[in-house]
Amino acid sequence: MILLLQEAAHAAGQASETGGTFTPLLPGLIILLPLLGFVANGLLSVLAARRALPRFAAVGSDHGHGHDDNQASEQEHHDHGSDPHPADHAHDVHGHDAHGHDDHGHAHGPKPFTHVLPSFIATGVLLAAFAIALANFFRMRAGHPTTPWVHEYWSWMPVGTLSVGASLQLDQLSMLMTLIVTGVGSLIHIFSIGYMNEDPGYPRFMAYLNLFIFFMLTLVLGASYPVMFVGWEGVGLCSYLLIGFWFKEKANADAGKKAFIVNRIGDFGFLIAMFLLFWNVGKLDFVGVNEALTKSGGPLVFGGAVVTAIALFFFLGACGKSAQIPLYVWLPDAMAGPTPVSALIHAATMVTAGVYLVVRSNGIFAMAPKASLVVAIVGALTAIFAASIGLKQWDIKKVLAYSTVSQLGFMFAGVGMGAYTAGVFHLMTHAFFKACLFLGSGAVIHSMHAALHATHSDADAQDMRNMGGLRKYLPITFWTMGLATLAIAGIPPLAGFFSKDEIVGAAWDGAHDQLGLVSGLRSVGSDGTTWLWLIWAALSIASFMTAFYMGRMMIYTFFGDNRTGETERKHLHEGSWTLTLPLVVLAAASVLGGFLNVEAEVPIVRNLNLLGLGESLHHWLEPVLEPSARVMAQAGIAAPQVEHTATPILIAIVLGVLGLGLAWGMLASRKLRVATEEPSYGNVPERVLYNKYYVDELYDRIVVRPVGWLSRLEAGFDKYVIDGTVDLVGRMVQWVGFAAGRVQTGQVNTYAFMILVGVVGVLAALTRFAL
Amino acid sequence: MSDVIPLQASLGLSAVLFAIGAAGVVLRRNAIILFMCVELMLNAVNLAFVALSPYAGVQGQVFVFFVIAVAAAEAAVGLAIVISVFRHKESVDIKNFSLLRW
Repeated sequence: MILLLQEAAHAAGQASETGGTFTPLLPGLIILLPLLGFVANGLLSVLAARRALPRFAAVGSDHGHGHDDNQASEQEHHDHGSDPHPADHAHDVHGHDAHGHDDHGHAHGPKPFTHVLPSFIATGVLLAAFAIALANFFRMRAGHPTTPWVHEYWSWMPVGTLSVGASLQLDQLSMLMTLIVTGVGSLIHIFSIGYMNEDPGYPRFMAYLNLFIFFMLTLVLGASYPVMFVGWEGVGLCSYLLIGFWFKEKANADAGKKAFIVNRIGDFGFLIAMFLLFWNVGKLDFVGVNEALTKSGGPLVFGGAVVTAIALFFFLGACGKSAQIPLYVWLPDAMAGPTPVSALIHAATMVTAGVYLVVRSNGIFAMAPKASLVVAIVGALTAIFAASIGLKQWDIKKVLAYSTVSQLGFMFAGVGMGAYTAGVFHLMTHAFFKACLFLGSGAVIHSMHAALHATHSDADAQDMRNMGGLRKYLPITFWTMGLATLAIAGIPPLAGFFSKDEIVGAAWDGAHDQLGLVSGLRSVGSDGTTWLWLIWAALSIASFMTAFYMGRMMIYTFFGDNRTGETERKHLHEGSWTLTLPLVVLAAASVLGGFLNVEAEVPIVRNLNLLGLGESLHHWLEPVLEPSARVMAQAGIAAPQVEHTATPILIAIVLGVLGLGLAWGMLASRKLRVATEEPSYGNVPERVLYNKYYVDELYDRIVVRPVGWLSRLEAGFDKYVIDGTVDLVGRMVQWVGFAAGRVQTGQVNTYAFMILVGVVGVLAALTRFAL
Repeated sequence: MSDVIPLQASLGLSAVLFAIGAAGVVLRRNAIILFMCVELMLNAVNLAFVALSPYAGVQGQVFVFFVIAVAAAEAAVGLAIVISVFRHKESVDIKNFSLLRW
């Protein structure tokens, strides 16, 4: 984003205020590059696996293609500048020196080329994709298109009246999502170099990451629901592969399966919505669907049952992918995967696919105000529900996981209320500070693992009770995570303050009958103001809880006395630049990202607007949100006149400060204890929160076990009825064969007798015939 | 033709000889006797051929020589097989020759 802001100043002169045309530059390459990276890294992982076998102990040969990639990636590497902090350990030095020189790296230590090349291939293709996306962003800003650019590469499903092509669509929303995916993804790939490089499965990990980016870009750049669905299923597959990356442990493999199955339940809703859409509209591409929504005499009616069902089924799909009630249970267990996976897939990109789907279908959701209200209510419920669980988790990644579920609830509350820009805004800022928090927790865990491993301690490296005082040992991580914590707590002027306040502010407006959704609900005979008050209250309490649990996490991890141990403490240190650089960039984005969507009345933003930097996100997304505006206009619902008031902003600030202050007051003065001394919970409410309201146990009892019983019943049916029938037929044939076999006595006399009888019979028949 | 044996008598003898041979093949268990019974059946047929030749032409008598030649070959090969099996089983009782059953 820093580069973006700097380059935007040069592009300001080209900007024009009138809607124009937009021709993208190499759009297919944005998707193709990660796929090529996946193929190359996949081959390297196969090579690495073969080299692990005793027969292939010899050193593998270098590839010319790999050499070319080395050169290209080396350029990207140099663009990042020199290492700001000298590495403390030899293996980091070797890793640093090894880039681009396989023989050199091999001569210096254990890293074979199969562990060096993936760093440059995976990161290089992603940085290249980000560069292309950035170039297209500037072109789009200059062109100001009012209609999306759509290109069909080939005809995919020409079936009867349905004509689905393999098409890409570039508009303001997909451009924003592409920048987030490739930008934050690039940083997380860089982080993975330092975090995962010692893992024997490193090439496989980088291959999976690249494959995930490919599918995520297919999702956000697809021009129709079927193409989006390809990416949708693909990211589910990659989520399964990466969550269960360390599949040799059963818990990790189970977590991967849980994610896959729960996502599949949601995907069922996506499919149903597509079928309903095709059945009623006859089109599945975004442009076609949006045109059909406001066609006079069209099949869909404002507030009608069909459009409401379509919206609700889309939301079911979004619930699975974006971990909302009741399909959120997979996300905390997804922390079983490596931490860069949590940062990329389960904080910044995949889990936002549901929000993207709702915003992409804004015309449909605007047409179904009751469904939109359901989205907002579920989002608010999820926000407060997950935030309360986060209050009593001890695993640092679990705290962040429930925080992610909660923040996704905020986004859905926003888009459900029709505040699509606010939801997208929070999606973007959340990608910055939550990715920073997850990577920071990865740096903490990386350091804790090294410390505990050095003394062979069996303490849990992810339990915050075993940490403490880390700000002295990991200063960069402390400051970057601190900024991200303040951002997510909603402290002005950081990013989360603006984006979260806009969502909570929308609820406040709705509660005061200044929201289009409330007018829409009234037109279909419902009163929305009471619901909006409840949503506002839930979101406010969730904001307060967010500040508290984030403060608690920071205090347990970085403040107070260090609880790692006397001998372990010496091994605590900051990681290499590949771990710290992404943290710094993301922290800076958390500080600056909020200014991308601020009202022009704020003086600093007015100055930014003059420079062309601070173009409002709302203005940017207007062409994408035009279908919902058109639907509301056709339904006769006037745009609400919003009176801005400082009250909700002040309440939000006070809640954030109170949350942080309460955490500090409760914990900072207390002597914190290690996991063996501090119990996981003290009283009944704490036990309920620690056990996550026993939802996993409830699902196990009402879903998993009945499915098990049903499976065993069906297995019994298959074994005793179906197989039994087939076996019976087989045994009958066997018995007939056995009985017929009795004739074979092996005795010549018997055979002669039978021949004699036959001859006599034939002669008798012939004689009778003759007579 | 009072000096000629009647046709019915010749054919009747032929039938009796064939029946005796067939009964022997089915009932006897000695392999060598089995071959002798087969010979009985073959010679019964020869007798029928000769008895009918004055009425049906000279082909019957010619065929008799073919049957005698085949019987000779069959006896030679069959006895050779029986001798080989005897060396293996030390018995000519065909109850012991049952390797080819189910």
